[in-house]
Amino acid sequence: MAGGKKMSLQSLTLTEARSAVVEGRVSAAALAEQHFERIAEVDGEIHSFLTLTRERALAQAERVDAAARAGEALGPLAGVPVGIKDVLTTRGVETTAGSRILSGYHPPYDATTVARLEAAGAVVLGKLNCDEFAMGSSNENSAYGPVKNPRAMDRVPGGSSGGSAAAVAAGLCVASLGTDTGGSIRQPAAFCGVVGVLPTYGRVSRYGLIAFASSLDRVGPFARSVEDAATVLEVMAGPDELDATASSHPVANYVAETRKGVEGLRIGVPEEYFGEGLHGEIREAIERVLDGLKGAGCSLHKVSLPHTRYAVPTYYVLATAEASSNLSRYDGVRYGLRSKDAATLAAMFRNTRDEGFGAEVKRRILLGTYVLSAGYYDAYYKKAQQVRSLLARDFVRAFAGVDAIVAPVTPTPAFKLGEKTSDPLQMYLEDIYTVSASLAGICGLSVPCGETSDGLPIGVQVLGKYFDEETMLRVGAGVERNQEG
Amino acid sequence: MSVSVEDVRHVADLANLELTAEELPRMAKDLNAVLGYIAQLNELDTSAVEPMAQVGAVLGVKPVQDGETLRRDVLKESIEREAVMAEAPESDGRFFKVPRVIER
Repeated sequence: MAGGKKMSLQSLTLTEARSAVVEGRVSAAALAEQHFERIAEVDGEIHSFLTLTRERALAQAERVDAAARAGEALGPLAGVPVGIKDVLTTRGVETTAGSRILSGYHPPYDATTVARLEAAGAVVLGKLNCDEFAMGSSNENSAYGPVKNPRAMDRVPGGSSGGSAAAVAAGLCVASLGTDTGGSIRQPAAFCGVVGVLPTYGRVSRYGLIAFASSLDRVGPFARSVEDAATVLEVMAGPDELDATASSHPVANYVAETRKGVEGLRIGVPEEYFGEGLHGEIREAIERVLDGLKGAGCSLHKVSLPHTRYAVPTYYVLATAEASSNLSRYDGVRYGLRSKDAATLAAMFRNTRDEGFGAEVKRRILLGTYVLSAGYYDAYYKKAQQVRSLLARDFVRAFAGVDAIVAPVTPTPAFKLGEKTSDPLQMYLEDIYTVSASLAGICGLSVPCGETSDGLPIGVQVLGKYFDEETMLRVGAGVERNQEG
Repeated sequence: MSVSVEDVRHVADLANLELTAEELPRMAKDLNAVLGYIAQLNELDTSAVEPMAQVGAVLGVKPVQDGETLRRDVLKESIEREAVMAEAPESDGRFFKVPRVIER
């Protein structure tokens, strides 16, 4: 079969791509080739992909095409070109987590999420750039160079899943996988104008996810519509015998949920998310979203999440503490980089870590080691765990009266490359609206809701109850419908 | 309380990090800024609050949910040793090789 006519890759939805393949209007191989061509054309400048997996992609596309020709039933992602954040392992394909310390590492196994996507017919085009070990809010901490925001090339795409958001926004893949520890899916989705979903903690397996902060890390999809993101989530969600933290809570038909409409839903509006520091045009855009939901039959309710202002400090204690422990495994012994010519084992460890880690990773390891060190544990680590309880209780209390919560994702639109790199604390404050949900463990998504007068995308955050992705996705789709109308 | 360059050196030691003479004061400055910000947690009285280590604590999930999230304890194939050892910076195919630990 010939390639068929060229589609506009930037607006191609997952549903359209799959039906084109299933109905034989385009082959999966041709669709993959079209994406590789576009990557060759534009990604030199955007820099969203770190590694392309051309052979693996075309072999998978051939399998899908053969199955289509034979009239076999095809998976929900049949022929859909996807990209994978480089913190998820891919068998035999270099996986670096954006770090020099893992350069040249070819994991001997696939992450469960990657395996499930491929089992559903997805065509993996390559590995996507990110902040080193997913630590960052701008993608400027990648050891392999920053990613540019395809919507404004002098701006950051957000982080840490900057490559995952940028690739979908630029038409380089139809959907992608990212990870979110403190906002790393929702914030870049907002900055790049795509949909990003943070599933409930435990909803999606993390086997094969290179750990940053294990009580917070989650895997989730990026896509061009809520329905597309729901399709990918549905494929990934559910228990996994390789990850005991993956819950056996039943997986709903998320795609069907997005079509249900929002009439009668109770929407919470947290006053703490609309205070000082919120960009005026973002505030207006969220207010329009709320008006739209009201018009579609939702009722709006003020809710209070009183501990919100403590979320960022809590997060930077707990996430760094866990990171200092998780990253102790990088010692130059079993994989990745080893510093040459060290005379002793201790010198080899230290030199390897010095050469292999970037400044932000070192900073967080130091901070995490400090808060866990003798004499400080109670003052910092235990204290932060207690405040984490308060933050989680805030949500439990708020959700007693509402079905979903609507809030901004970011205080500002995408900032300029280099604007915040000299001040780590300023960069951490980027996470102010996203970390609470991360700490509590609830689900959330970011969906585009307009742009600023400068043409920068604005995202709105929809937060849902534990394991209530259904309602979160319904509201997200409702927001999306209002954008179209 | 403020973090001195000496403190940073100590913590770097604990974390097996080698920091240069330029990095030490920079890290001390950054750590002080972030710890100063973190200090606002002390505004909250948490004496009666249980620490939350895992999301399951909020959901009332027992650490082992009657075994339902644990796989069955049966022998299964695992990743081949050769594939793992092939990734080592230095190996004899069976063991990881590292610089000499014991001097003779």
